Amino acid sequence: MSRALDILKDAGSVAFFALLIFAPFLGVQLGDNNAGNLTLGARPALLAGAVALVFGARVLMRLWQDHRPTTQAAKLSARLKPAGRFIAPALLVFALIMPLLPGVPAQYIDLGVLILTYIMLGWGLNIVVGLAGLLDLGYVAFYAVGAYSFALLAQDFNLSFWECLPLAGLLAACWGMFLGFPVLRLRGDYLAIVTLAFGEIIRLVITNWVSLTGGPNGITDIPNPSLFGLRFAMFPGPGTVAGVFHITPHPWQRIAFLYYIILGLALITNWVTLRLRKQPLGRAWEALREDEIACRALGINVRNTKLTAFAIGAMFGGFAGCFFATRDGFISPDSFTFMESATVLAIVVLGGAGSQLGIVLAACVMIGVPQMLQSLAIYRMLIFGIALVVIMIVRPRGFISERRPTISLGKAQAISADLISQGKG
Amino acid sequence: MAYALQQLINGLTLGMIYGLIAVGYTMVYGIIGMINFAHGDVFMIGAFVGIISLTALTGITSVPLGLLAAFVLAAVFCGVYGFAIERVAYRPLRGSFRLAPLISAIGMSILLENYVQVSQGALERAIPNLIPGGFTLMDENGFVVQLSWMQISIVVVTLIVLAVFTYIVTKTPLGRAMRAVEQDAKMAALLGIDTNRTITLTFIIGSCLAAFAGVMFLLYYGVIDFYIGFNAGIKAFTAAVLGGIGSLPGAVLGGLLIGLIEAFWSGYATVAYKDVAVYSILAIVLMFMPSGLLGRHEVEKV
Repeated sequence: MSRALDILKDAGSVAFFALLIFAPFLGVQLGDNNAGNLTLGARPALLAGAVALVFGARVLMRLWQDHRPTTQAAKLSARLKPAGRFIAPALLVFALIMPLLPGVPAQYIDLGVLILTYIMLGWGLNIVVGLAGLLDLGYVAFYAVGAYSFALLAQDFNLSFWECLPLAGLLAACWGMFLGFPVLRLRGDYLAIVTLAFGEIIRLVITNWVSLTGGPNGITDIPNPSLFGLRFAMFPGPGTVAGVFHITPHPWQRIAFLYYIILGLALITNWVTLRLRKQPLGRAWEALREDEIACRALGINVRNTKLTAFAIGAMFGGFAGCFFATRDGFISPDSFTFMESATVLAIVVLGGAGSQLGIVLAACVMIGVPQMLQSLAIYRMLIFGIALVVIMIVRPRGFISERRPTISLGKAQAISADLISQGKG
Repeated sequence: MAYALQQLINGLTLGMIYGLIAVGYTMVYGIIGMINFAHGDVFMIGAFVGIISLTALTGITSVPLGLLAAFVLAAVFCGVYGFAIERVAYRPLRGSFRLAPLISAIGMSILLENYVQVSQGALERAIPNLIPGGFTLMDENGFVVQLSWMQISIVVVTLIVLAVFTYIVTKTPLGRAMRAVEQDAKMAALLGIDTNRTITLTFIIGSCLAAFAGVMFLLYYGVIDFYIGFNAGIKAFTAAVLGGIGSLPGAVLGGLLIGLIEAFWSGYATVAYKDVAVYSILAIVLMFMPSGLLGRHEVEKV
């Protein structure tokens, strides 16, 4: 009996705080009257409803806490690990045949394209954050550099997607080096704020340099990628895919083509990362993440190691940006806000900072679910914010929270993700 | 000369507001070592509570009383928000790996922005200038240097708030506890300091400062929307880092510098690139002084 009273008391105090928190926002409504002055309307019913909801949720949460099986969270990770061997190939096969399955609507393929773009961005950022342990809050800058390189090269020099793709990657890598130089000496949160500042600088320059980038209006009519010089057009004719292969043109063909391009790009990112981890450079990144001072003592060139991490991470960001520009055919500074950096970083961290498969799962959850909630309109981002907080509290170390260093002396010990931080190991 | 003086006045006023927010960032960073990304949104909440209280009290009380009420209400509600944010989003993650609270904070920031947008609408809300007038400092070939009562009030209120805050941090038992927890949380706990309570109070105090900054921002610019927290938050965090994160005088100094850079850049170069100037100067300062202007230089121990 006292237990029930205890729960009610606790829920009551939580509800009281909820009342204080909701009162100025849900309890009242700012409005305008005809004279243009602000007015205030009361919404007691909404406020009462919200507070009652919090009260009920708190009671349920306490009851659930009493009956929860305690080891569940630890088990999930352990169960996922052996399953990972099968999940990864299964996901790959599914990704390869998904557009070809009969009855898959084009919008799902489009969603697949979007998710794959974020998987690729996640894998790219993972090189910087997960492998080299450098906290980068401005990754969107390289995404923007890639997108604008392609858009401008296509607009001013009539270059095609395939000619621009390597150039976009190269330019983004150069920017990665360029932005990497000043931050070499910085650690932890100083690094975070400077990378964030660089992301904002690039966005502000794009917005304000109207003569080059079109400013807030962006760039339109960015060309579509071609298949060995053949275009995807709505009508059959010479030089189009439909005309040469004698098939009926269909929008599906273009979307599926885009899907396979980004799938290929993402898989290249993954392959390069996995290969690099087996080579001196990747080993140096991992060592740098675990202990920077030890790295220096062992003669690892910390400067070059950090710069290559920035450059290679940025290069993949640039590829993804180039693809983004060709997919939408339109880019504007609005696509390259801090929100994008935050989303990609959230994907990396939720995936377990360092786990390639974890990033895939996190990208599906973070990008796929909000897209499904499209109909909820303005509540979508609210739910996104709540989800970020809740997922972090429930699984602070990400979906797949353990990984082994690629190489180690003696018995390889699994390292939990909490050791991944700047210069601490 | 006159033009420079005017920019100096504008810059200092703006810098005071940034400084107040930056103190909240730097306090939280000093005590638990995390970037409280939601702090800028607490500032926005403060501005909204301010506009709501001012609207509710219009016609009921005189302007000075209404302003006082707006400041007090904003501080109280923001204190509750700071308390709740720490409890819900950060405390469960304390001692976890360090990217976790960062992501949680970013989530909290998105949550607060959208909560205000959903509940109060995305429209910009405006109030008339409540402290009109001022006096002319100097008149140079027709260019009049104005020092408005609004700017004087902002500077005076900020100085009072900072004085009270400095007193709390340096002279009271709570301030001592805060500094002790900042230096070594485990040792402080062993010596009988309730670290959880101290951290909670740090959040509440930081949020109150952000509330004051929010109401002053509202009074100064007269226009707010749900998105003001992002920009102001980033600028204030930049200020905190510029001054040396963890250092309270550094935060105020950084805020003033950022305000001055913004004002002079807008006055003498292009308004469009004022934020670029702020961020570039941050990067340049950190290149040569990696721990900020007044930050402690960390000794690497092996």
